[in-house]
Amino acid sequence: MIELVSAARCVTCDKCVAVCPTNVFDRGPDGVPVISRQQDCQTCFQCEANCPTDALFVAPQTHPLPAESFAHDEEHLRRTGLLGSYRRDIGWGRGRTPGAARAVGPALSPSGPPLIS
Amino acid sequence: MTLELDADVLVVGGGPAATWAALKAAEDGASVVLADKGYCGTSGATASGGTGVWYVPPEPESREKAMASREGLGGYLADRRWMARVLDETYDRVNELAEVARYPFPVGPDGAPLRNGLQGPEYMRRQRIRVRRAGVRILDHSPVTELLTTEDGVVAGAAGHQRQADRAFRVRSGAVVLATGGCAFLSKALGCDVNTGDGALFAAEVGAELSGMEFSNAYGIAPEHTSVTKTAFYNYATFYRADGSVLDGAGSQRGRSVIARTLLASEKVFCKLDRADEAARKAMRLAQPNFFLTFDRLGVDPFTQPFAVTLLAEGTVRGTGGIRIVDDGCATTVPGLYAAGDAATRELICGGFTGGGSHNAAWAMSSGSWSGRAAARFARALGPSAAQRPVRAAGGAGLRPTGATSSVSAAEVVSAVQAEVLPYDKNYLRHGDVLRTALGRLDGTWSAVRSGLRAEGAELVRARQAAAMVAHARWMYTSALARSESRGMAKRLDFPDLDPAQHFRITSGGLDEVWARPQEVAA
Repeated sequence: MIELVSAARCVTCDKCVAVCPTNVFDRGPDGVPVISRQQDCQTCFQCEANCPTDALFVAPQTHPLPAESFAHDEEHLRRTGLLGSYRRDIGWGRGRTPGAARAVGPALSPSGPPLIS
Repeated sequence: MTLELDADVLVVGGGPAATWAALKAAEDGASVVLADKGYCGTSGATASGGTGVWYVPPEPESREKAMASREGLGGYLADRRWMARVLDETYDRVNELAEVARYPFPVGPDGAPLRNGLQGPEYMRRQRIRVRRAGVRILDHSPVTELLTTEDGVVAGAAGHQRQADRAFRVRSGAVVLATGGCAFLSKALGCDVNTGDGALFAAEVGAELSGMEFSNAYGIAPEHTSVTKTAFYNYATFYRADGSVLDGAGSQRGRSVIARTLLASEKVFCKLDRADEAARKAMRLAQPNFFLTFDRLGVDPFTQPFAVTLLAEGTVRGTGGIRIVDDGCATTVPGLYAAGDAATRELICGGFTGGGSHNAAWAMSSGSWSGRAAARFARALGPSAAQRPVRAAGGAGLRPTGATSSVSAAEVVSAVQAEVLPYDKNYLRHGDVLRTALGRLDGTWSAVRSGLRAEGAELVRARQAAAMVAHARWMYTSALARSESRGMAKRLDFPDLDPAQHFRITSGGLDEVWARPQEVAA
């Protein structure tokens, strides 16, 4: 579930508010999005993929994590490379190659084509 | 203030089928509104998950092999003519993605282009851009809550609630395409929580029929307490018990029921992708970056460290049941109403089984394109006064309760439905006695919804979702009980064998009175 909105990184572009398929965010009074309906988060990582400043972190767990969880420790997430890792892996963002162009996976059967999705 | 719009074609939904329908209707000269519950471009199973595509070059031998390969798995309920036209249409649409949408397909080790799959976020981002450029008016965060019909019962638009603008909206149109996806019962399977079967409810409320609703018990493997139900790489898995011994017979393609039985016995099931070699491990990351998000964030190396797994219900998202299609343009039995993608039955091309992805993706492109063109033609034939026709609202349960007081909440209804459709010993490993008991409870829940579920504004959307899920579950179990055999994914513990005498499809429908009956498969 969405666990972190970094006010320091956020540029108040409202993208996550717009793209969240389950309408989890509201715009806060200072423009920084607020996680208003965390229970509706479906852990799809779309907000992260669309955040231009890697200000969001979605934990893989489909239940809320306690306050002391790693998912709320922005410095830890930055240091370990987890912050923004999805956007990096799919090659979104300036100067990156779309992941789709590099998505040549293994072939699941000897005669089959490589998996590309 | 209600937002009032007119259009030739209204497309409900925002995933692949919806975007293809909107594009093709607009290319045909129709004015188009697309209303999505979430955000067109991120909504639905494909955008978040990614998908293989049933993309087969037009060489007779490859096509024959592609068609023959799944007939047995699907219980011989697919239709060769439909398979052939879906293969043709899909081939053209995928090539359109490459050439017009400039989707960056990768190139294989031999230098040949590869077009047999799509990365979800990239595919749907481009589809959104194309839809917008085609002049389609996109309404995001605008869940439709009911259809509008003329006095003669012809579908003539829809109404809903814009949840971010917090206002009602109404679109009067010459035709409506329902591309709202299947129903995964809010199981949190990847990208599926927007798929609550809304379209099937709307369709049934105007008298449309469903088909294949017994094929609705798909379950995807995911690491325990997580969402990523992408299963291809479990082909490299070995499954283990808690004590480290191998769980005999467990597997992804065959042997998922062994996992279910073990979980039902309150034992954990562990997994390692220990059959992937070094080259495969590297390549897997490139093909499915989202598959590895979960592991990287849990701090687990899935190739060397065991992780607990679960099975999440994917209902009719990876099942094949849905709104019944009656012609080549994906019309339903109700004039003015079309269905596409997972909202429609996929039995025509895969009978009673899909592994998800591949066939469903091909169906979304094909049925989306056909329904968009057909809806545009239907609207054009009505002439410019179509939007002036008097209409009435068709919605019932959760919207216009028959009782005077509010006696049940949407959350209570969702819990009640989930208790009957998520458990493996009810929906996955099906037995007639268990299905009948569950159906009895669901009928009771429906009565409670019909008389006492009421909501307004944004909560109305939750009420309608809850109603749609109850309806979906009742068509599923009524259809499952009507098939006293095992065929496709609709297996019955009390009837474990395929019965050649039941080589038919099962049509279903109804709301207060649910019905199911055999329907001959076209020769």
